[in-house]
Amino acid sequence: MEGIGLTHFLVVGLVVFALGLYTVLTRRNAIGILMGIELILNAANINYVAFGRYAGVAADGQVFAIFVIMLAAAEAVIGLAVVLGIYQNFESIDVEATDALRY
Amino acid sequence: MEITEVGYLRWIPLLPLVGAAVNGVAGAVIQRRLGKRAISVLAVTPVLLAFALSVQTFLDLRALAPEQRFLLDRVMPWLHVGTLVADIAFWVDPLACVMLLVVTGVGGLIHVYSTGYMHEDASYWRFFAFLNLFTFAMLTLVLGDSLLLMFVGWEGVGLCSYALIGFWWREHVNTTAGNKAFIVNRIGDFGFLLGILLLFWSTDAAGHGSVVFRELQEHASVLAGQTLWGVPVVVLVTLLLFVGATGKSAQIPLYVWLPDAMQGPTPVSALIHAATMVTAGVYMIARLHFLYALAPATLAVVAGIGAATALLAATIGLVQNDIKRVLAYSTVSQLGYMFVAMGVGAWSAGIFHLMTHAFFKACLFLGAGSVIHGLGGEQDMRRMGGLRTRMPVTFWTFLVATLAIAGAPLTAGFFSKDEILWKAFSSPHGSALLWLVGVAVAGLTACYMFRQLFLTFFGESRADHEVLHHAHESPPSMAVPLVLLAAGSLLAGFVGLPQALGGANRFEAWLAPVFAHGHAAVAHAASHGPHEVELELTLMAVAIGVAITGFLVAFVLYQRRSVPVAALADVLGGIPYRVLLNKYYVDELYQAVFVRGTLLLSRLGAWIDATIIDGVVDGSARLTALAARLNRLFDDYVVDALVNFCANRTYDVGLRLRRVQTGGINAYLYVIVGTVAFVLIARLM
Repeated sequence: MEGIGLTHFLVVGLVVFALGLYTVLTRRNAIGILMGIELILNAANINYVAFGRYAGVAADGQVFAIFVIMLAAAEAVIGLAVVLGIYQNFESIDVEATDALRY
Repeated sequence: MEITEVGYLRWIPLLPLVGAAVNGVAGAVIQRRLGKRAISVLAVTPVLLAFALSVQTFLDLRALAPEQRFLLDRVMPWLHVGTLVADIAFWVDPLACVMLLVVTGVGGLIHVYSTGYMHEDASYWRFFAFLNLFTFAMLTLVLGDSLLLMFVGWEGVGLCSYALIGFWWREHVNTTAGNKAFIVNRIGDFGFLLGILLLFWSTDAAGHGSVVFRELQEHASVLAGQTLWGVPVVVLVTLLLFVGATGKSAQIPLYVWLPDAMQGPTPVSALIHAATMVTAGVYMIARLHFLYALAPATLAVVAGIGAATALLAATIGLVQNDIKRVLAYSTVSQLGYMFVAMGVGAWSAGIFHLMTHAFFKACLFLGAGSVIHGLGGEQDMRRMGGLRTRMPVTFWTFLVATLAIAGAPLTAGFFSKDEILWKAFSSPHGSALLWLVGVAVAGLTACYMFRQLFLTFFGESRADHEVLHHAHESPPSMAVPLVLLAAGSLLAGFVGLPQALGGANRFEAWLAPVFAHGHAAVAHAASHGPHEVELELTLMAVAIGVAITGFLVAFVLYQRRSVPVAALADVLGGIPYRVLLNKYYVDELYQAVFVRGTLLLSRLGAWIDATIIDGVVDGSARLTALAARLNRLFDDYVVDALVNFCANRTYDVGLRLRRVQTGGINAYLYVIVGTVAFVLIARLM
């Protein structure tokens, strides 16, 4: 366990963030994008918790992580509702097809 | 000054006004529904009531002590502007009382006479409406307690005079005569108004600005010593007011309208153009005698103009053939007498003549009217004659009035004319020349009046057989006023029986309190020494002699016809006769100088207006239009272009920029991530 330190967690967070970003940027499926956003949020959570543990300042990081989880849940609800609305209007959840809000 | 306030004075002018209003507004209907008799009653009653009130005024005045004979009736405030205070208030002093009795008394008789004279006229009601309105205006003139209220009446009588001269407006010559009277009077009135303004201005500058007669009289002395352009203000004021008098009272140079005014109905000539309105100038001077007494220069002018007018008009009267025109020139001439009296400071003598003249001249005019009425409208004396037996009442009254105007002893005209002649001779302002002119005029008057009498009533009739057949005496409504006026012509003189003949001259005594101030200059004339009595009687005898000569000339020429008149007319190649017949060509002169001059001036004005003023106006309009056109071009091609340019470029930019808005979520995400990455990298570096 001695070998595992802050850096490792940060690397894991970075990888998760990169994967999330990649997912968000490349997915054409709206739900896929939402999932990418979840990854990004969790990457941030990892960073919070890691800094919270290693910086040793009370439990600020953990508290923020809980906030983010709660926020992610709320975001998922709204995001899925939006996706549902998109589907009802376009009969598709492909973001390439939902380009009605343009010039 | 003790003033007794009474409440009934206002009704003297107001009653005729009511009559005028009723007849003027509803006259046509009343005449159609109720007949002319109702109109007569409505018109005559107010004037007779006014006469009754005037008599009451006289009695009230007489009951007061001589120094306190003032009645005042304040009706309502009128103009209170700055220091100018003029109220509608009527006041009576002995002078106004004389005028009041003359206007309402003679006026009332003429109203009665008119009911007969105008009976056939379709516009009967209109005639009486104006006649009543005239009476109202004249009474306002007489009773007004300020110059402004007097001016209202002054203008009012002028208006009524104009309306009544042109009463038979279907004939162009009548309306022209009316216009002439109005315009000539307006010239005089302008002077009168300037006089009022200057008087108020000057007294106001001295701290006693007023137009009310009582206050003016009290403070007249403040004018002494004031000058304007080097001329004493009081002389200017009195001269300007006299200009008004020459217009209204037909003196040189503004007398020309009065003979033409004879185009009006004869009762109008009698009332307005003989007995009352034309004496307004004389009354005004007597009213303002305290100012005129301060201005000897003006007095000399007044006397000179009066004498010249008397002589000029009398000579013209010698050769006129229209029965009314002779009387018109006679009126001008007699008014000249009154102005001579005013000019020598013999105020009460002038007013005395004014009163007696009202009687005999009204009687003469009404007699002439009776003749015209009887002959079916004929006015040319060359087609009259021999009416003595056909119209006895007219003849006898006419004879009495002729005697009175010619100055036959013991008639009214004799006393008043003699009084004036004596004052013209004896007053410090008078001179032998004035007296001589006066006596000459007396002779001329006797001559032309008896010429008229002989031509009209004596000899063979020269009228058409048809006209003569219908010649008839006038109805009682016309005859009774004639008789009353003739009685007045005979007896009115006795109220002013001169002291030289053993009388008390009660007329002068009656007016004495009024003229107490102004008499200072001529006071000594009142005291008759035995020597002066002798002189006065001598002068009287001379005047009578001259008058008898005048009568004899007329008798020889027109009754006996021992010298053919035609031969006389050809004396000196007929030039004097033609000059007189054409009234000294004064009308032609005025026509050439003033009328043509005015027309020329107005044509010049019209040319300037059409060419220069209109040119400037049109030019500026054209310039404005040009400027507007330029402005529009600027607006279209510069301002609008700039605005449109901005709008179009903004549009173009928008058109290009909107392509950024793709609608694709991925694109937005790339942009967001790219931007964040760029910012982060930029920060780290």
